[in-house]
Amino acid sequence: MSFPWARQYEPKNGLTKFLDEKLPLPRLVYGAIGAGYPVPRNLSYMWNFGVLAGFCLVLQIVTGVVLAMHYAPNALVAFGTTEHIMRDVNWGWMMRYAHANGASFFFIVVYLHIFRGFFYSSYKAPREMIWLLGVVIFLLMMATAFMGYVLPWGQMSFWGAKVITGLFGAIPIVGEPIQVWLLGGFAPDNAALNRFFSLHFLLPFVIAGVVILHIWALHIPGSSNPTGVEIKTEADTVPFHPYYTAKDGFGLGIFLLLFCTMVFFLPNYLGHPDNYIEANPLSTPAHIVPEWYFWPFYAILRAFTVDFFFVPAKLMGVLAMFAAILVWFFLPWLDKSPVRSGHYRPLFRKFFWFGLIPTMAVLFYCGGAPAEEPFVMLSQLATAYYFLHFLVILPLVSSIEKPEPLPYSITEAVLGSDKKAVLGENTTPAV
Amino acid sequence: MADTTGTATPETLAVHGEDGVRRRDFINIAAVSFAGVGAVAVVLPLVSQMAPSADVLAESSTEIDVGSIEAGQAIKAVFRKQPLFVRRLTPAEISQADKVDASSLRDPQTLAERTKEGHLDMLVTMGVCTHLGCVPLGAAEGENRGEFGGYFCPCHGSHYDTAARIRKGPAPTNLVVPDYEFTSDTVIRVG
Repeated sequence: MSFPWARQYEPKNGLTKFLDEKLPLPRLVYGAIGAGYPVPRNLSYMWNFGVLAGFCLVLQIVTGVVLAMHYAPNALVAFGTTEHIMRDVNWGWMMRYAHANGASFFFIVVYLHIFRGFFYSSYKAPREMIWLLGVVIFLLMMATAFMGYVLPWGQMSFWGAKVITGLFGAIPIVGEPIQVWLLGGFAPDNAALNRFFSLHFLLPFVIAGVVILHIWALHIPGSSNPTGVEIKTEADTVPFHPYYTAKDGFGLGIFLLLFCTMVFFLPNYLGHPDNYIEANPLSTPAHIVPEWYFWPFYAILRAFTVDFFFVPAKLMGVLAMFAAILVWFFLPWLDKSPVRSGHYRPLFRKFFWFGLIPTMAVLFYCGGAPAEEPFVMLSQLATAYYFLHFLVILPLVSSIEKPEPLPYSITEAVLGSDKKAVLGENTTPAV
Repeated sequence: MADTTGTATPETLAVHGEDGVRRRDFINIAAVSFAGVGAVAVVLPLVSQMAPSADVLAESSTEIDVGSIEAGQAIKAVFRKQPLFVRRLTPAEISQADKVDASSLRDPQTLAERTKEGHLDMLVTMGVCTHLGCVPLGAAEGENRGEFGGYFCPCHGSHYDTAARIRKGPAPTNLVVPDYEFTSDTVIRVG
């Protein structure tokens, strides 16, 4: 870590001294999430979601590995083994419900994490790389969740796979061969189910790898904070342990309370009844919807109903859906305001709360609604505003806005005054 | 090893050759190229294994007896694990399809172009909506056949007419007519 006042790890007994020489793993942990990692003293609960997302990843890997012990990725028996897990395997129902709801909670936590990033501009220098890696993690999560949903081989599994791989068919010329290649057949079948299982098992570990890079990149500048003012002195920080291990632990408790409520009392609330009907290639469910966490992007996909010059509507929808996430990669350079926190940006704040957030809510709702009026029109308006926000409003706001005065330091923001600020002492920010 | 860019003494010439190219440079480029070609050669089977396997391709043509289909009736068959609609059109449906000016359609095709010569009443199409791949309704008795009396996709509301041409809704093209031929008067081979 970069701050000179960070506490150094000191092995105390023979064993830790031995370890520290041969494999300094305790030193790594101490410096990364222990007392050796100084963190801004003013982090709010919005800073809990990184740790919670990490917890969700572990939860999904543990329950997923357990489920894989009882599940068979074969189109003839996949649906049956899923029911076998639910009815016959000891605690199988709990493992599966925890895994299915765990995916939803993973997305809830990650969406809040991203939302935090939007409001506090966590993507700005010097933290661009953390943000870029985060977007990569999100894309990997979407792929993993999509393939996982196919595995129970119910009606929604099958038709979800068909519709989503059908998106690639929208690409001119090479689209259809790509679709057939992805599925290993002309429609989702055993080949597709097998490869989705294989990749669904692999990708979480790829995510874990990128998460390590994400945390590594975070530890170079250190965490941002609600004021967006960088750390100046030791007084601005507290050690991660015990301060934030305790705060994150409390957050984890709340999280588990909500999670267990869903798993034990409303396990199918976020699912679709159609997925308890075995996949039938000859009959489409009346209303195909993806899982709730894809709704905003599904709404963007369906918002394009007319051809745009020579680009067919279907391809436009696909491009827009991918662009909706890829635009996040450019955020650090689209939002040029030097002020990070939304608390000190009056104009940005208005567009955030009254523009972006309602837009996301509309997209979310329309994505789960049937494709009829007024939802199509609403999706179109919301999609237009979504891109307008990132590509026009953000750059414009950052150039015309007059930010409110920032506190001198984190300490001043917390205590109301900072001795160093009063004395006018010039402290160089430690980087 | 000594500096290689210096003047060519008899000693360095033996190692570098007259044009200043070192033996080692050559070996280096050759080895890396060879490894690169090898890596590409390994990628090929890794990519190709994802394509449909022989048993999947073996199902790629299907024979269907269409003799027993009455006018106005349709059957759902399976072709490449996807639904295939075979419909015998009534004279009214044929004239309804022919009445439309084909050039005004999104995907301009006449009924004659979508059927085989001498079998204008036998409409063979994939039962896969060209929008996002749902199975349209209308092949079975009593199902909603949409505003144009052909097929209707409930997923995103695409309406197909009696020649299974797209008339309304988001689907970009008509229901696909697969490659097929009449092997006898009553049997078609699809694929």
